Amino acid sequence: MDFYSFLIQLLNGLQYGLLLFLVASGLTLVFGIMGIINLAHGSFYMVGAYLAFSLAALTGNLLTAVLLGVTLSVLLGMLLEWLFYRHLYARDHLYQVLMTYGLILVFEELRSILWGDDVHGVAVPVFLSGSIPLTDNLSYPVYRLAISGICLLLAGGLYWLIRKTRLGMMIRAGAANREMAQALGINIEWLYTVVFALGLTLAAFAGMIAAPVSSVYPNMGGEVIIISFVVVVIGGIGSVWGALLAAILIGMSDTFGKVLLPEYAGMTTYLLMALVLLWRPEGLFRRT
Amino acid sequence: MAEPLLQATGLHTYYGASHILHGVDFRIGSGEAIGLMGRNGMGKTTLIRSLLGHVQPRRGAVRWRGADITQAAAHRIARLGVAYVPEGRGIFPNLTVKENLIMAARAGLDGRCEWTLERILQTFPRLAERLSHGGGQLSGGEQQMLTIGRALMTNPELLILDEATEGLAPLIARDIWQIIRSIRGCGIATVIVDKNYGALLELVDRCVVMVKGRVVFDDDAARLSDEIVQKYLGV
Ligand SMILES: Nc1ncnc2c1ncn2[C@@H]1O[C@H](COP(=O)(O)OP(=O)(O)O)[C@@H](O)[C@H]1O
Ligand SMILES: [Mg+2]
Repeated sequence: MDFYSFLIQLLNGLQYGLLLFLVASGLTLVFGIMGIINLAHGSFYMVGAYLAFSLAALTGNLLTAVLLGVTLSVLLGMLLEWLFYRHLYARDHLYQVLMTYGLILVFEELRSILWGDDVHGVAVPVFLSGSIPLTDNLSYPVYRLAISGICLLLAGGLYWLIRKTRLGMMIRAGAANREMAQALGINIEWLYTVVFALGLTLAAFAGMIAAPVSSVYPNMGGEVIIISFVVVVIGGIGSVWGALLAAILIGMSDTFGKVLLPEYAGMTTYLLMALVLLWRPEGLFRRT
Repeated sequence: MAEPLLQATGLHTYYGASHILHGVDFRIGSGEAIGLMGRNGMGKTTLIRSLLGHVQPRRGAVRWRGADITQAAAHRIARLGVAYVPEGRGIFPNLTVKENLIMAARAGLDGRCEWTLERILQTFPRLAERLSHGGGQLSGGEQQMLTIGRALMTNPELLILDEATEGLAPLIARDIWQIIRSIRGCGIATVIVDKNYGALLELVDRCVVMVKGRVVFDDDAARLSDEIVQKYLGV
């Protein structure tokens, strides 16, 4: 493999990994803070992609579609938390798995009723539609670079939110000792609603910006949820920074696995998981 | 008599099927200091948790300045101006010392802001030296100072200290008593639970003694006779 082909694979791996991080960060945050195993988290990614598809068709512009889609996602997150998820906090993981698996089926059925079972494409916004030439016959699409850039910005924003803001301190405090946080005047129920809506919106946003490169199709959430759980487990359950590192590792191993070991491509991710867990059974990092 | 700050009447609290509080009456006025006494397992902590909304009493009522707060959520009661230093501390080990303090900051209810980070750090110089340490890295005494400092950051009208000196070395416990005494000087109402009856009685206006979920004595600290101490509190 020459340098430019390598560079392209490296950028692809990074972009895939960072996108995975957006999905997995919400999953690990909701688990770390509220203790919920949310199998339906991948459906939020699918909802995002379909929202991008419909809203881009409606507004003629992916940027407007994303802004609208994010607003709708926040509202959907608050609604779902209020209707379903808050009843799971005090319950066993078995109930959580049952209910959130049920939600996957509901989301798939709703998707089938509202959008049908066809595959759809979403156009890249014009100002991001170019390519950067690398050699005479190799170039790299600007849109993929933009995805990586946006994801990095969001990862930085998430770090700032959790580490540097008062809201972040309250979230961490609530995760450590719920009763004490309440005794200091923190409205834990509201905090949980906010965290859940944040996690859902991150996944939906990932679906929106991925739509132009991955296209929009039935059961796209199912693929992403499995790999997201792998990310969460490798990173250390509940650790956002572990998820970032694990997502990039998986992005790389998957991308290079497909190029270098095409016949074993489906296995590289799980091999990586097995190796990391043999070395560190708790995952790479402790809870955030 | 002036309207009490906090008043509970006829509280019956259960943990599951076990009936813990059997019709407890409790009141505290503005600026008053009360020693809540009783042997282990008599229901002192349960009474406090019932007042603060952490456990719902099945019968009875809790009022704050006359308004019914029996059903109110714990965070709402806290925001009325009640701060709590729980048994077994309750610092957030995953937050730094500074974060533990500033996450709790709130102006007092009449808009005054008496306790600031600076003033807390003057009161607890040991915390000032450890601002960026994780809460979990502190010694027991420092953790207790942090919990008290954090409670004061909310600028409370009422401060509840549940076994604040439990398990501390005598010298550290003495520091904590010194701090509680200076807090008393600012006129914050306080409820103090402590096994050191000598230090407690010097500080409080009134004593409430509990036995098996009932109040058996509620009067001026000066009236607490040796006989009562012997009968209800002796080891
Ligand atoms: N979370 C709980 N669940 C069940 N029983 C409890 C719980 N907490 C305390 N108890 C019981 O309630 C009684 C009163 O306890 P507590 O209020 O902690 O007493 P004190 O603070 O006076 O030592 C004890 O018999 C104790 O075993
Ligand atoms: Mg107790």
